[in-house]
Amino acid sequence: MWEAIRSNRRRSRLLVSLMGVILVGLGAAIGAGLAEGLNAAGSHQEWRAFDRRVYQERGRFRRYYEQKAVAVDPSRWAVYGAGAALVVWLVLWLTAVAQGDAVLLSASGAREVRKQDAPQLWNVVEEMTIAAGLRRMPRVYIIDDPAPNAFAAGYNPEKAVVAVTAGLLRQLNRDELQGVIGHEIAHIRNLDIRFMTLAGVMVGAIVIISDAFLRGLRYGAVGRRSGGRDRGRGGGIMLLIALVLAILGPLAAQLLYFACSRRREYLADANSAQLTRYPKGLADALEKIARHVSLQQEVNRVLAPMYIVNPLEARSAFSLFSTHPPIEKRIKILRAMGDRAGLADYEAAYRQVHGGRGCFHPQTLASETTVEARSAYAATETREERIARVREAADALSNAAGYAVISCACGVRLKVPPGYRLPAVRCPRCGRIHQRPGPVSA
Amino acid sequence: MLTSSLWLVIVLILAAIVVLWLIASYNRLVRLRNEVKNAWSQIDVQLKRRHDLIPNLVETVKGYAAHEKSTLDAVVTARSRALGAGSVEERIRAERDLSGALGRLMLLVEQYPELKANTNFLALQEELSSTENRISFARQYYNDSVMHYNTTVESFPQNFVANLFSFKPAAFFEAEEPAREAPQVKF
Repeated sequence: MWEAIRSNRRRSRLLVSLMGVILVGLGAAIGAGLAEGLNAAGSHQEWRAFDRRVYQERGRFRRYYEQKAVAVDPSRWAVYGAGAALVVWLVLWLTAVAQGDAVLLSASGAREVRKQDAPQLWNVVEEMTIAAGLRRMPRVYIIDDPAPNAFAAGYNPEKAVVAVTAGLLRQLNRDELQGVIGHEIAHIRNLDIRFMTLAGVMVGAIVIISDAFLRGLRYGAVGRRSGGRDRGRGGGIMLLIALVLAILGPLAAQLLYFACSRRREYLADANSAQLTRYPKGLADALEKIARHVSLQQEVNRVLAPMYIVNPLEARSAFSLFSTHPPIEKRIKILRAMGDRAGLADYEAAYRQVHGGRGCFHPQTLASETTVEARSAYAATETREERIARVREAADALSNAAGYAVISCACGVRLKVPPGYRLPAVRCPRCGRIHQRPGPVSA
Repeated sequence: MLTSSLWLVIVLILAAIVVLWLIASYNRLVRLRNEVKNAWSQIDVQLKRRHDLIPNLVETVKGYAAHEKSTLDAVVTARSRALGAGSVEERIRAERDLSGALGRLMLLVEQYPELKANTNFLALQEELSSTENRISFARQYYNDSVMHYNTTVESFPQNFVANLFSFKPAAFFEAEEPAREAPQVKF
């Protein structure tokens, strides 16, 4: 397990360095290319002084100034270009880190739940926290959405957040819920969110810089004098390189980013099976989610990749630009694990499904042995348990939203919204009058 | 031919590398050992949580099944024995007995539908089963961290450092055998 985290960290650093090389290379190439373009077009001009002898006065000079074309040093401009690229990256990164999770949570409409609002969910999250060895339990949020889905956020594992939809709570039994939460906690423990944020910022910086450069070329900011004249030959090679990088760079960076995202999802699936010791739970959960995820309302484009199943990708075919591996493959691998639950078993199942290709780096698997899975928590869920679960899901949502609950003697539970100002509440079934409840404790 | 001062520099650099590696190795072993200790205390925390749940559970069950004294008393005595256990061996055995007693109590509860429908009892049951899960996950995490620690202590370059500073392999938490007694069903 730790080997996986370490090899993840190593691989992240490698990847981020690779992207950094692309970024800096792009900046440098653009800088040098611009310099050469300016030189070739002779459009970089500076005021230079020259002295001219005053007519008929011996020994006197007058100083005149004229604009002369001066060559700029491409290598120095390359350095400036690289520096500018790093500044763009820094600004994007600071913005991403400073925002934190508040924006994501409010974008998805998530509300925090306390232990008494949703005890089973809370317990499952705490169980997985213990299994994964996290220091602090993540904060738990619930999203008012009938489609089942879940996501995890948090740059730092100490300040992590797990959010699930009400639909997930309603439809998944305890084993399946544990599988999903295990997957999210695995993301938190593997520092996946931090890694994808870093990589995402890199890709963003590369895309912005390339876009600005290409746009600048199009509008002739690079010393075109008049009309569509040729840029002048000799020294245009850097410009050409910059052009190629600006077109291919974003593409390469995005492909790298999405490939990494998919790899991380497989690892999180494997870790979930390992932590819960019950891969069938996650497999069943993914099946249920896949069936209903297209019902999801209000999907934010930025948030979509962070869910356990990307709601925007649910209907479309798998492509190299998918953030998640195809769901059928994920389910197949988990089911192929049989009654084994270790990382080595996931790798074996992956090979079986993908025809020999492996998923993990050999070093990750070095100290992993095969592990036996546990049995299900409940062989079958009774009808009462299912009803209780659906009720708890609805309760969790209303409790989180600040509703107060009055239990009427006829059996109806009246849920009073937080803004209710009238002094009394009437039960719709039996007509009894109840006093308005006091303020709900925060 | 390299001068003697150059040799000296090379030797110093190599020595520095070795020292740095020793420091890094030692720190890693310390970190892993602390992780093991931390995992053990996590088990303690969850066991204590179970101890705290039991009185409430026993009271609730008594409200509906007061005549099942023997099973209830077994739970209470097992709990006090677990609280008072001294050595690690004793504690493991006492906790195992407590798990068995609780299992029998839960089997008993199946016969009392009013008890099963009581919301208070349902909440307690959820807490209890979650605590049992937590104990097993804490044990799982403890065993995982012990395995990682032992692997590091025993594998090739690190075992020198381990022997030097007397880091010993830790013991696994053995899996408890399921209670083999058949439940006594009284009609």
